[in-house]
Amino acid sequence: MSEKLEKGLEVLRSEVDGKVKSFFSSCVNCGICAESCLFYTETLDPRYTPIYKTEPLRKLWRNEYSLWGKFTSAIGFAKPMTEADLSDWEELVYDGCSMCGRCSMVCPVGVDIAGMIFKVKHALSKAGISPEGLVDATQRAVDIGSPMGITLKTVQAMIKHVEADTGLKIPVDVEGADYLALLSSNEIALYPEYLESLAKIFDHAGVSWTLSSEAFEATNSGLQIGNKTIAGQLVERVVAGAEKLKVKTVISPECGHAYTALRWEGPNFIGKAFSFKVVHILELLDELQAAGRIKTSGKEAERLTFHDPCSIVRRGGIDAQPRNLLQPIAEDFVEMADHGNMNWCGGGGGVSTNERAEQLKLTAFNRKKSQIEETGAAAVVTACSNCRMVMEEGVETNEMDIELLGLTEMIAAHLEDRPAGQ
Amino acid sequence: MIENLIDGPLWYLSLAVFSLGVLWQLAAILFASRKPDLSVARGSAGSSAIKTVFSRFLPHREMRARIGIQYIAGYLFHLGLFALLFFAAPHVLFLEENLLGFGWTPMPHWAFIVSAQAAFLGLIILWLRRLMNPATRLISTRDDHIAALLTFVVMLTGCLALLEEFTALRLLHRFTVELWLIYFPFSTLMHAFTFVPSRAFTGAWFGRRGVDA
Repeated sequence: MSEKLEKGLEVLRSEVDGKVKSFFSSCVNCGICAESCLFYTETLDPRYTPIYKTEPLRKLWRNEYSLWGKFTSAIGFAKPMTEADLSDWEELVYDGCSMCGRCSMVCPVGVDIAGMIFKVKHALSKAGISPEGLVDATQRAVDIGSPMGITLKTVQAMIKHVEADTGLKIPVDVEGADYLALLSSNEIALYPEYLESLAKIFDHAGVSWTLSSEAFEATNSGLQIGNKTIAGQLVERVVAGAEKLKVKTVISPECGHAYTALRWEGPNFIGKAFSFKVVHILELLDELQAAGRIKTSGKEAERLTFHDPCSIVRRGGIDAQPRNLLQPIAEDFVEMADHGNMNWCGGGGGVSTNERAEQLKLTAFNRKKSQIEETGAAAVVTACSNCRMVMEEGVETNEMDIELLGLTEMIAAHLEDRPAGQ
Repeated sequence: MIENLIDGPLWYLSLAVFSLGVLWQLAAILFASRKPDLSVARGSAGSSAIKTVFSRFLPHREMRARIGIQYIAGYLFHLGLFALLFFAAPHVLFLEENLLGFGWTPMPHWAFIVSAQAAFLGLIILWLRRLMNPATRLISTRDDHIAALLTFVVMLTGCLALLEEFTALRLLHRFTVELWLIYFPFSTLMHAFTFVPSRAFTGAWFGRRGVDA
């Protein structure tokens, strides 16, 4: 048995619990999950049927945990797994699944298929069977602190620009601040307007906040590649930064993976509960608006629609907040036909940093393209820099006349001017 | 000789395999160790688990156009099968005399015919789709086909046994039922029981996160 196979099987075995047993005992291969998956609906390739992507884990369960597997093993008829049972699924789980979790919403017997696919990714990653581009990005995150290789110097340069543009001081390493704000790599490299917006909104609302020079990066490449060990290491850095500054709350940026890694999986990755709260920026903005601390003026006249980032809405529970925030500033807001928990992914998610999947990602984007076009909107608002980046690429490739907007920036752009002296 | 075997030891053997197998599978699911979730819950896992057990009986509005036929065929098959299993006159009598000691009003003959037709129609549609749709054709296993075939044969012999008063046909039906019972815990037929914890686990997971699953 090869080392990779041995490691992969060991990790898969560690993932088999009561849930996995109930899921695989219940699945009757009805194929309904295929109809929920944009990689299947846009390619009609049956290999992209979500439950098929779980096959390495399912085969292990069938061989070693099911009654039939135990029976065939006992009489010497079990067919052992090979390395191909793992490596042949690498492309399917990394290129052909964005972990959007729509399949988990529609399964009639309730299988959390996306959760099972993550377990397969975890095993492949630990066995060293992952796409080179993702492995490199993850290594950069471990070595440098960011998958894009962003260092503190880059952040400091950005802070200088934001301070010059806004006239506001960006607080860094302020001990005892209420909130520690984090940034994703995309927000540092592609969308610096996010930090500028935070500065304006927090100044407007009188929020006590800070950045950390040691824990500014929220992107979790460990989660993207499916490696819980690395994901835990990256979460530990945020925890150390938050504990050092003694903040009450950590703010997840507009990034779905970052939110999942910090809010939901982080404590499990590191094996202990956090001593601070974690909120998504939309949750905080919604709270501030509800408390009357954010006051906006003016409305966007053009027709707007909202793209629900899967990790934030379907698998994160932040559904009402973006709508609450948009309501006062959007004159003509329309929902996509399938929205909220049943929204379609834009083709990014876990696939976004996998360069090898570029063409497939653009094909999958066709689903989002149809959704956007049906609304007749002139602009799509979202709250995940990853979704925004992938959709911008899709919009550009398809020569669509659509603008992509970040919700936090929209709020900042509509802040009511305060009377002098306040 | 064969009659004695089918009505006697084989019947008790099949019941034992079915009962112990199902209990073993359920125990393996319910008593397996689970790591506690250390994140702070936003919503109730318990109420969402219960809700999801029931809500998944209907497809999401957004999916109805794509999967409506599977749901309709699924309901035709399952409702027809349950009606036959629990309300066909010979089954009511059999359960009263051999297992429960009490009975209930069986369905009239016309309802039997309607239930049987619904069950056969549903099963055939689902099976044809399994064979013809590229996705289901790829993911279907030998087990899926054996389970469908065995269920089909059980229903067919059941109809024959009811319509013809021959002992041989009654024995044939009982024999196929015994095979079905023995096969049950080793197969995807187990979903008849395990769908409950499966839906509940997923409902609880989503519920903690404040998502209506």
